[in-house]
Amino acid sequence: MTQATGQTVTESTVPRFARGTRLQYDRVREVWFVQAPERAFHADPIAAEILQLVDGSRTLGAIIDQLALKFDAPRAVIAQDVLAMVADLTDKQVLLHA
Amino acid sequence: MTSPPPPMSLLAELTHRCPLQCPYCSNPLMLDPRTQELGTAEWQRVLDEAAQMGVLQVHFSGGEPMARPDLPELVRHAAKAGLYSNLITSGVLIRPDSLRALADAGLDHIQLSFQDVEAASADRIANMAGAHAKKLEAARLVAAEGLPLTLNFVIHRQNAQRVPAMLELAEQLGARRVEIAHTQYYGWGLLNRDALLPDRAQIEATTQAVQAARTRLAGRMSIDFVTPDYYEDRPKPCMGGWGQRFLNITPTGKVLPCHAAETIPNIVFPSVREASLADIWDHAPIFTLFRGTEWMPEPCKSCAFKEEDWGGCRCQALALAGQANAADPVCHKAPDHNAVVQAIAQRPQTPPPFRYRRFGNA
Ligand code: SF4
Ligand code: SF4
Repeated sequence: MTQATGQTVTESTVPRFARGTRLQYDRVREVWFVQAPERAFHADPIAAEILQLVDGSRTLGAIIDQLALKFDAPRAVIAQDVLAMVADLTDKQVLLHA
Repeated sequence: MTSPPPPMSLLAELTHRCPLQCPYCSNPLMLDPRTQELGTAEWQRVLDEAAQMGVLQVHFSGGEPMARPDLPELVRHAAKAGLYSNLITSGVLIRPDSLRALADAGLDHIQLSFQDVEAASADRIANMAGAHAKKLEAARLVAAEGLPLTLNFVIHRQNAQRVPAMLELAEQLGARRVEIAHTQYYGWGLLNRDALLPDRAQIEATTQAVQAARTRLAGRMSIDFVTPDYYEDRPKPCMGGWGQRFLNITPTGKVLPCHAAETIPNIVFPSVREASLADIWDHAPIFTLFRGTEWMPEPCKSCAFKEEDWGGCRCQALALAGQANAADPVCHKAPDHNAVVQAIAQRPQTPPPFRYRRFGNA
């Protein structure tokens, strides 16, 4: 449903958290959560790695580079995961594109 | 018994005072008086304990939570403890300065309730002249402040036909989320059931209106829809399971598994004035009583859905079957299902007058 926001997610996209949503580490359960209006949802380890790099100034391209380096993984595979996840979280109104 | 998972969210009912008198209010029939309300320091201690246990979100509610002058202080305290804060409000006390104080304190989100889209009807349901106009103004202020906003429309037989207009209003007001929630029938709602319960055709019409709006507004506004379970085959799940995810604290500090649990007889309600929140969560009988599936009678005990709906609502079982540990009478398999069939059959053609929610009116 990216057409609804009128934007597609590409490597030059700069994502940021919408006001009222944020990433938070839960010390009790030792997992990451996305805090959003009226619900907190569990961020799996891959999502948490990506979201920790979302700061409103990095492009997705830069985030992909950094993760490829950190995990010593093929860039194309990482790129696919990152773009899909950001598109999904944009639909859910968690992320916006700056 | 192994210890339960930590709670996810806390409903903090700061006060039962409220300028409105909605006849379906979720507060108990016996409202807590102001003189016995928890003080600021007590709530601050409770918020710290909740965060340490693993609560992630706190919902400040009431009554009208903005009737408490220390609300910004409590919001600030919640933010410092790492809790996500949500304000559940009628909006009638929102002014530019009171809203600013909450935003500055770090409030994350506001849920604003509406009684209707037509001012005259809305004010009659709330029994407060001018309430609707104040809410519209409140929504505009929240949008201008940039705080994320959920609009909550409570629907029933006297306003359900206006769901399409409600969704349009939400869109105009810039809400990101809308809840269209049929009233539930415990406490005040049960007292007013004949005045509130819709018929089957109304349910179908509202379902269709919501579906159409979901398609039209996809990606811009999300819509939560709550139907009255009287017309379902199976009950609604009880809050992810009794004592599994959710805590409710009343204005005087009683700790409950849900907002309606105070109706359960012959049990001591634990208080944050006497024990720690963690101790209450792990050990208090009101929590252990219906936690899991051990307590279940037939037909729930051998039912495939028992970990989906947890046997339905304990408070509804109590209200309709006279026993909190019965299968929820909404269920077609429940021995007391006839209570629901009768309620629908005996619903009068013309709704009786409302019995308004106020101190001493139950
Ligand atoms: S029998 Fe009990 S568990 Fe099964 S659907 Fe009915 S209420 Fe739920
Ligand atoms: S017992 Fe009923 S009112 Fe209480 S949380 Fe469960 S479903 Fe809701």
